Amino acid sequence: MARTISYREAINEALAQEMERDASVIVMGEDNAGGASVGSPGEEDAWGGVLGVTKGLYGRFPGRVLDTPISESAFIGAAIGAATRGLRPVVELMFIDFMGVCFDQIFNQAAKFRYMFGGNALTPVVIRTMYGAGLRAAAQHSQALYPVFTHIPGLKVVTPSSPYDAKGLLIAAIRDDDPVIFCEHKALYDITGDVPEESYAIPFGEANVVREGSDVTIVAIGRMVSVALQAAEDVAGSGIEAEVIDPRTTSPLDEDTILESVEHTGRLVVVDEATPRCNLATDISALVAQKAFGALRAPIEMVSAPHTPVPFSDALEDLYVPNPQRIVNAVKAVTEWKR
Amino acid sequence: MTDDRIQRVTMPKWGLSMKTGTITGWVAAEGDEISQGDDLVEIDTDKIAGALESTWEGVLRKIVAEAGSSVPVGATIAVVAPADVSDEDVEAVVAQAREQLAAGVVEEEDAGAEVGTVEVDGRSISYATMGEGEDTIVLVHGYGGDKNSWLFVQEPLSHMHTVHALDLPGHGASSKDVGDGSLETMARAVLGFLDARGIGRAHLVGHSLGAAVVAAAAAEAPARVRSLTLVAPVGFGSDVDAEYLRGFAAATSRRQLKPLVGRLFADESLVTRQLVDDLLRYKRIDGVGAALQRLVDTLLDGDRQRIDTAARLGGVDVPTIVVWGREDRILPPTDINAAANVRVVDRAGHMVHMERPADVRHAVEAAVAAG
Repeated sequence: MARTISYREAINEALAQEMERDASVIVMGEDNAGGASVGSPGEEDAWGGVLGVTKGLYGRFPGRVLDTPISESAFIGAAIGAATRGLRPVVELMFIDFMGVCFDQIFNQAAKFRYMFGGNALTPVVIRTMYGAGLRAAAQHSQALYPVFTHIPGLKVVTPSSPYDAKGLLIAAIRDDDPVIFCEHKALYDITGDVPEESYAIPFGEANVVREGSDVTIVAIGRMVSVALQAAEDVAGSGIEAEVIDPRTTSPLDEDTILESVEHTGRLVVVDEATPRCNLATDISALVAQKAFGALRAPIEMVSAPHTPVPFSDALEDLYVPNPQRIVNAVKAVTEWKR
Repeated sequence: MTDDRIQRVTMPKWGLSMKTGTITGWVAAEGDEISQGDDLVEIDTDKIAGALESTWEGVLRKIVAEAGSSVPVGATIAVVAPADVSDEDVEAVVAQAREQLAAGVVEEEDAGAEVGTVEVDGRSISYATMGEGEDTIVLVHGYGGDKNSWLFVQEPLSHMHTVHALDLPGHGASSKDVGDGSLETMARAVLGFLDARGIGRAHLVGHSLGAAVVAAAAAEAPARVRSLTLVAPVGFGSDVDAEYLRGFAAATSRRQLKPLVGRLFADESLVTRQLVDDLLRYKRIDGVGAALQRLVDTLLDGDRQRIDTAARLGGVDVPTIVVWGREDRILPPTDINAAANVRVVDRAGHMVHMERPADVRHAVEAAVAAG
């Protein structure tokens, strides 16, 4: 039966159900158990992660939820190593912004083991990480760095936009034998949606057409999906019906769904919170320009953050993240464009 | 005092999750004489579109909710009354209905369905019950379906009868384990449901595989079954769209599933994004793939039907009515031996209970009357 739970609870449930099903699944990261050390009052007091996503797992699965030292290079490396030796770790890179200190472990080691060892090494690690702006966490705790991981062959990159997708994609990630970067937008943890109680896996590389329309295709990543839906409602008032596509995974990317849609609408707007140089908007725009050029009736519009660090000032941060009005402006630009 | 010959046409509840419906167009106009069974208005829910049939008699005096409006389930959308009821009385009712609509207040005349689960043979069986009446009807869906597929049939039948719709093992919100996936296992789940709900005897209605299941249940326990209504039934003849059955089990994406699901209907435009999305969500659940595979093995012998429902019903003396869509592409209507009363419905495909629910409803009523 489906019932309404939050994005945070959906992720927690995915972890719990997979840990129940498969004893080799372990959870590790900074404060993933959180304060439940020997002699402490017990798991009721355990943090369960900086924003409570892993709460309750420590008590249910003794010995399988590990608090790590504050050293990403050490514990991300350890998780990757453990994955090659038969465990299926779900390790938390608390903020995607910290990737710098453990990037070699991820892009040079985990991503390449399978290839370089001729298929003899599998690295079934899931790196869960928080990304995104809007919570006043400032420049070093608010970036959207999934394009960097998307660029690396050998990694799979997931950007769930809803509780239903979060649970199904995380279950799929844990069952996947390759390294998966699971990107959770920190401003989505409290959103709610219908989620089945049972376990289910959503395949990678399958986009979700969240809204159907014939006048313009809007591809949006992660939290931008709900912003795009708002913009779609706004332009519907002017008689423009927008098709909103959520790729769900940036790697592998469901090219076919995007191309089919543009072939039908002839117009594309890509909404990507990541900064504009070499982000998913540029990637998808180039793909469409290359493979569906004949179908395009207007240049492609990209809506992203500006090429700056994320501001700490409330007023500036609010201007930084794409909002519905900017998407509406982009839709108008493509629908009103004349040569 | 309000003339109690004034009847309110209300937004029906089609399906458990329906909260509001959008009126897409009125078929009847103000001033028209309305009879039972007339199509009154076209309504879209987020799942599907359908026509509301009249269960009212009289003159359509006033339309309260115009085309384009979205209205909560249970709210008044029109007023029907005999021609001699005064305009003032009608207007009073209309004004009240408009106020309620504006305030978002909904009359709780229809409390909706009771949803629950029972344990049968170690499996959870999910069900939805509507209405209260002398006769008990149990609706059993087909392969890949669930209790919500009866959305246009359960509610109208529930005005006069107790109507249960259940999810077979492997489907809907029931346990996804189908055991050996045999017809006997499915039939036992239905009989077990009757036991668990304290139902002595019931009128069984089954669609497609569900029809073979209720027939098997009747063969196993004829004393429990007052009548059978078989809708587009499996097991009469050997022709079947085997590719559909296998393809449905194997499909993992919208692209694969949508064209297959289109084959279920005479009017393919009924296949909405939401419908396909709901099916995908069901198919992703752990265990569903394996369950559907088992059922395909139960249904198929090579590319032909394996089950022989006609044979099963051989010695069973239970009034039986068969309803079939003329344009059924999954199980083409065949000549059934005379014993059963067969009704073939025009402009309907395999999902005849969704495309022509009135015809299915009438068939069920006839079976109930005979049983």
